[in-house]
Amino acid sequence: MSALSRDEVAHVAMLARIQLTDGELDRLAGQLDQIVGFVATVGEIAAADIPPMSHPLPLENVTRDDVVRPSLTPAEALAAAPKVQAERFAVPRILDED
Amino acid sequence: MTDYTRLTAAQLADALASGETTSVEVTQAHLDRIAEVDGAIHAFLQVDAEGALAAAQGVDEARAAGEPLGLLAGVPIAVKDILATRGLETTAGSKILAGWIPPYDATVVTRLRAAGMPILGKTNMDEFAMGSSTEHSAYGPTHNPWALDRIPGGSGGGSAAAVAAFEAPLAIGTDTGGSIRQPAAVTGTVGTKPTYGGVSRYGIIALASSLDQAGPCTRSVLDAALLHEVMGGHDLMDSTSIDAPVPPVVEAARRGDVSGMKIGVIKEISGEGFQPGIKRLFDESVQLLVSRGAEVVEVTCPSFEKGLAAYYLILPSEASSNLARFDAMRYGLRVGPEGVEHPSAEQVMAATREAGFGDEVKRRIILGTYALSAGYYDAYYGHAQKVRTLIARDFAAAYEKVDVLVTPTAPTTAFKLGEKLDDPMAMYLNDVATIPANLAGIPGMSIPNGLAAEDGLPSGFQILAPATKDERLYEVAAALEAALHDSWGAPILAQAPALAGKADN
Repeated sequence: MSALSRDEVAHVAMLARIQLTDGELDRLAGQLDQIVGFVATVGEIAAADIPPMSHPLPLENVTRDDVVRPSLTPAEALAAAPKVQAERFAVPRILDED
Repeated sequence: MTDYTRLTAAQLADALASGETTSVEVTQAHLDRIAEVDGAIHAFLQVDAEGALAAAQGVDEARAAGEPLGLLAGVPIAVKDILATRGLETTAGSKILAGWIPPYDATVVTRLRAAGMPILGKTNMDEFAMGSSTEHSAYGPTHNPWALDRIPGGSGGGSAAAVAAFEAPLAIGTDTGGSIRQPAAVTGTVGTKPTYGGVSRYGIIALASSLDQAGPCTRSVLDAALLHEVMGGHDLMDSTSIDAPVPPVVEAARRGDVSGMKIGVIKEISGEGFQPGIKRLFDESVQLLVSRGAEVVEVTCPSFEKGLAAYYLILPSEASSNLARFDAMRYGLRVGPEGVEHPSAEQVMAATREAGFGDEVKRRIILGTYALSAGYYDAYYGHAQKVRTLIARDFAAAYEKVDVLVTPTAPTTAFKLGEKLDDPMAMYLNDVATIPANLAGIPGMSIPNGLAAEDGLPSGFQILAPATKDERLYEVAAALEAALHDSWGAPILAQAPALAGKADN
């Protein structure tokens, strides 16, 4: 039985904002199907009363003092930007046409 | 004349402190070595000769002026390309970050600079630290100094190979599922993953934030402890940083006394099913520790069996979220989709990630996105988090009975480049012994414990300690290292084949 179909991989890749070619989709879908089949074995544990662990340290609400400290200048922050306009990050249009 | 590339960092520190040599001389010797052998090894993505020599000059002047200096002042170091270095290109092994010059330093890098350690350059790695062979680097693989047709481990294969090939006395690595320890094992070097939170993650390009931890890559146990001490300690810039002093690792490494210590062999990772030569060396190492006064206890960690599956859900889930920042807007690559006249930001992002990410990164982002998506979250990510709890409980129960746990570090010696590249599942199985430590947040270390009989390639011995008890790693590692050196007559790298270069004659 297939754990993950080619169509599902295409859909998830879209959600992850990765455009895939047909060739890549063929290759990755087969590999991901095998991997998902393996990782799904976590479902074999009796999980009813086990709390989930998201993090190794029991830390809560760690904050820094709210003080001004040196930070990047606008020029430093923008230095690696693909495109800059008026001391801002210039980005492609953010709305779809439809 | 002394060949300074052959000394340990501790020996270099002594030679510098006594005035026998200068940091400029030592740094230049390593830069020369890199120029000679790195064509064959490809441990480095960037070499910063100018920056390293300027830093060396600075520390030499400070020493001449009688300024107080740290123990490792003047000892050069290589840094994995996943740590942001101000003014020095940082790519994480990915095309999506080609040419990126960070405007700030990672905290670890800040500490190296403050300690007066010249940075030789940035080391090669699997793209965004996803891999166990360095073959997933967008800039070509690193070659194992023991056999150039073999992998140096991964993701930190560049750091381990640089140290093994005497291109650097020390290197920084990061370990999310074994990326410091497994490369150490297959290159005959030493590597430590400290307790989660022991070393700041600020400025380290995040793979899986609840698993990532930076640590030392060296040729000796003492060197690892010295570097651990420089790197570690509380940092306000990392909210998961432990607010406590660095554990007394150097003291433990100098002492190396295991008498009366209880050492646990984990039934589920005791080498059964591993390469026979690795299993044999592991058993011999355990006996060496017994001969030094340790007591061996068998413990069982039944949930480890599910660790690999849980890891390959938790890591991709966190990675898919962390790597969403590579959106082609503020830094890094931006390419437009072909044949679209006025593409939207979303189309540009998708086209950029298609062009900028390699196969393994795409696989893991898609896997993580899938595992976190509605309808699957409970079955995958939710269950994986419960396995994580069970693994932490297995460790807690084991540490009721023993002071440290030991395992072989990796199931095999270095495999051939290309051998597992098209079989991601086979590649993932390399991490079976190293990932439980990351899932539980405990410290782990690998030291070389011999050459496997089948192929004459290095094997690694892993030590695992309870959280924040990192010093126990060094106590046991130093004892075993001393016992092994007694039997070999020299460090293991003395047996490595010569590389083209004048230092090898």
